[in-house]
Amino acid sequence: MARTIIPFGPQHPVLPEPLHMKLVVEDEIVLEAIPALGYVHRGLEKLAEIRDYHQMIQVVERVCGICSMIHSLCYCQGIEEMMKIEVPERAKYLRTIWSELHRMHSHLLWLGLFADAFGFESLFMQFWRIRERIMDLNEATTGSRVIVSVNVVGGVRQDLTPEQCSWILTELAQAEKELKTIQATILNDYTVCKRTKGVGVLTKEQAYDLGAAGPTLRGSGIAQDMRQLKYAAFDKIDFEPVVENDGDSFCRSKVRFREVLQSIDLVRAAIAGLPQGDLAAPCKGNPEGELITRVEQPRGECLYYMKGNGTKYLDRVRIRTPTFANIPPLIAMMPGIELADVPVVILSIDPCISCTER
Amino acid sequence: MLKMTPTVLKNLFSKSSTRMYPFEIREPFPLYRGELFNDIDNCIFCKKCEIKCPSQCITVTKDKESGTGTWTCDPFACVYCGICVDVCPTQSLRMEPNHRKPSASRDMIEMVGKIKMPKKKKAAPKKAE
Ligand code: SF4
Ligand code: SF4
Repeated sequence: MARTIIPFGPQHPVLPEPLHMKLVVEDEIVLEAIPALGYVHRGLEKLAEIRDYHQMIQVVERVCGICSMIHSLCYCQGIEEMMKIEVPERAKYLRTIWSELHRMHSHLLWLGLFADAFGFESLFMQFWRIRERIMDLNEATTGSRVIVSVNVVGGVRQDLTPEQCSWILTELAQAEKELKTIQATILNDYTVCKRTKGVGVLTKEQAYDLGAAGPTLRGSGIAQDMRQLKYAAFDKIDFEPVVENDGDSFCRSKVRFREVLQSIDLVRAAIAGLPQGDLAAPCKGNPEGELITRVEQPRGECLYYMKGNGTKYLDRVRIRTPTFANIPPLIAMMPGIELADVPVVILSIDPCISCTER
Repeated sequence: MLKMTPTVLKNLFSKSSTRMYPFEIREPFPLYRGELFNDIDNCIFCKKCEIKCPSQCITVTKDKESGTGTWTCDPFACVYCGICVDVCPTQSLRMEPNHRKPSASRDMIEMVGKIKMPKKKKAAPKKAE
């Protein structure tokens, strides 16, 4: 058969977000993929000119629905560094707890969607049922399920009571138990392995050269995680990145699955070490100077560049989200796979198109 | 598929994890930020909420002549972040843990209240002549 160009998206059943790919195929084998982005640009960075730096917290939270807490954490850390604010220890621990809860629910959402992409509806429901526990924790402790709005410049707005902490621990123990029962399915099942093993391989060298981030990078055998930078309370909590070596879709999902279990342990460690103290340091004056902050989001490294000019409006906010870094590796995975595997491979990097275009 | 069978069977014989929504509603969590209310009698029309609101959906106006103030909120622009509740100096704003009812038209929450005028100094009693 001659070469054909098949459009994938912008609207496609496996991906709720508009990503357009032109797939050059020959005999159902993809030869090349040409991405087209820019369907959901929202101009959030431009808002820095008319919203002051406190209000920008709520704006950056809305860059991404499911890592909202971590976006605002990154932004607040940058502003605090510019204004030389010392964040209280308790606030740092609380930030860690909520950001790990966010990582868990983001990964569980993705694991469900991934199962759904290769047609395993029942597994999808299992993951989402566990996710609901985490969502309830978020809702009860912060006041909102998804966009939690707990960060302020200098600390956090909400506190955790001892009863809430013990409730979180019991819910997490239950979630862990449920995850263990479906562990064999996602990591060992014939159907799952058949659809994911050896599909969309990204070698270690490719991952390094193309600048992959997050589980895509760690699934290819590179132990790099921004939590090693010891922001928030990660300097007090032992932390080892999760690494898998094969670089295929299966390894990426395995990394995510193991990270959920790791996050449960991190939350436990943070609750065990939760110190007493203030929730937020007072914040006076306006940010001045420019800097870059980086944090680890569920999908990978997120980078903020900020420039303040001494007024309450920032000159520039630039956000580089992990999916942006993961698109070149995605293009490199495509050649040689079958057309039917394209949704699985695209989903395996956990694309978040609205974040990429902000 | 075999690995999944015990889980599937367990799910088949256990009770449902979902609710029949409109008939059975989960109790909201007490902290949930659902709906914004203003207790207009306490409001002093200081405009703090208007200034701090990130989505700029509150408008506060004062009319000195009639002695009334108006507090308007666009609930469709509100992002329910709760910043206004935090900054209100008189705690007249509060959030209730239930969802807003759906509505077919875009209506604003508009509240009119009396401005508390600074107390007038009593005119000095005239000297008895
Ligand atoms: S901050 Fe409170 S008192 Fe001031 S205008 Fe708003 S609602 Fe009224
Ligand atoms: S909850 Fe947030 S968005 Fe809504 S009116 Fe208050 S400050 Fe504005």
